[in-house]
Amino acid sequence: MSNTTQHFCNSLPQIPTDEDGPVFAEPWQAQAFAMAVRLCDEGHFTWSEWVNMFSQEIKLAQANGDPDLGNTYYDHWLNVLEKMVSQKQSIKPEELLARKEEWRSAYLRTPHGQPVEL
Amino acid sequence: MGHDHSHDHTAPPSDPALRVKALESLLVEKGLVDPAAIDEIIETYETKVGPRNGAKVVARAWTDPDFKSLLLSDANKAIHSMGYTGRQGEHMKVVENTATQHNLVVCTLCSCYPWTVLGLPPVWYKSAPYRARAVSDPKGVLAEFGTTLPKGMKISVWDSTSEMRFLVLPQRPANTDGWTTEELEKLITRNSMIGVEHALTPEKLRAIEASKTP
Repeated sequence: MSNTTQHFCNSLPQIPTDEDGPVFAEPWQAQAFAMAVRLCDEGHFTWSEWVNMFSQEIKLAQANGDPDLGNTYYDHWLNVLEKMVSQKQSIKPEELLARKEEWRSAYLRTPHGQPVEL
Repeated sequence: MGHDHSHDHTAPPSDPALRVKALESLLVEKGLVDPAAIDEIIETYETKVGPRNGAKVVARAWTDPDFKSLLLSDANKAIHSMGYTGRQGEHMKVVENTATQHNLVVCTLCSCYPWTVLGLPPVWYKSAPYRARAVSDPKGVLAEFGTTLPKGMKISVWDSTSEMRFLVLPQRPANTDGWTTEELEKLITRNSMIGVEHALTPEKLRAIEASKTP
């Protein structure tokens, strides 16, 4: 079974070959996924709204040259999450950007091994 | 990127990871999400869900004709009766593979997927080549998974949406008479419930189990 899957995957770069391989390549992907699910659960947007915005994002990325092989999936997901949150929760892109830089500085000033806090 | 290898700082994670931290901390501050709820969702999808729920549903349909007819007529009701409930209120439809009919599931728009029963989608399911070719050349896609169908077999491709998710009920393999549902579950792979492969035969299962034992 894994051999045949591998064969399919060879024609599609960067596709995991393990039947039960990781569904998230990195933890942030799982966190972004879970945040969207939670916000939807709490009624901040409907899943149809999410899917609409998400498929538009994918079309946009393809139009901009993304071969869209599945490995950029959570990049799209994160873009949509940011857009959705700025639309629905009025958290502005500038606010997100500023907070991101605060986190970066927090890492840079926190001694290795200590918990990173803002 | 001046990482000087001293221990007076921590190397920041990747840009997307920082964006996620920014989102999470702002949402938590505004009381829009509870970090514990986020962790719980991650854990559910990573460990508790996954293809095993779907395998349990299929194994029961193979052994319980009443459940099977409910599953085919009202998948939501049948799946909920086993305790698996959808998060997004999506409708589930189960499509049955038979001696003359093979079914394949795709989402051409993005990657709608029956998370409740199959966990999170594999990377190839989300890829543009799969999404396009499942529709234009389903036989070719199946061949790349090593799946061949007898001549004259009809193939239906089911395109998922945010409102409708599909799950394939694979054919029960031969030589499994008298097997318990727990034994049957081992034959039911994620890929067989997407429709890109058949359920494992008892011989294949033995070969896989033999290759796993050291």
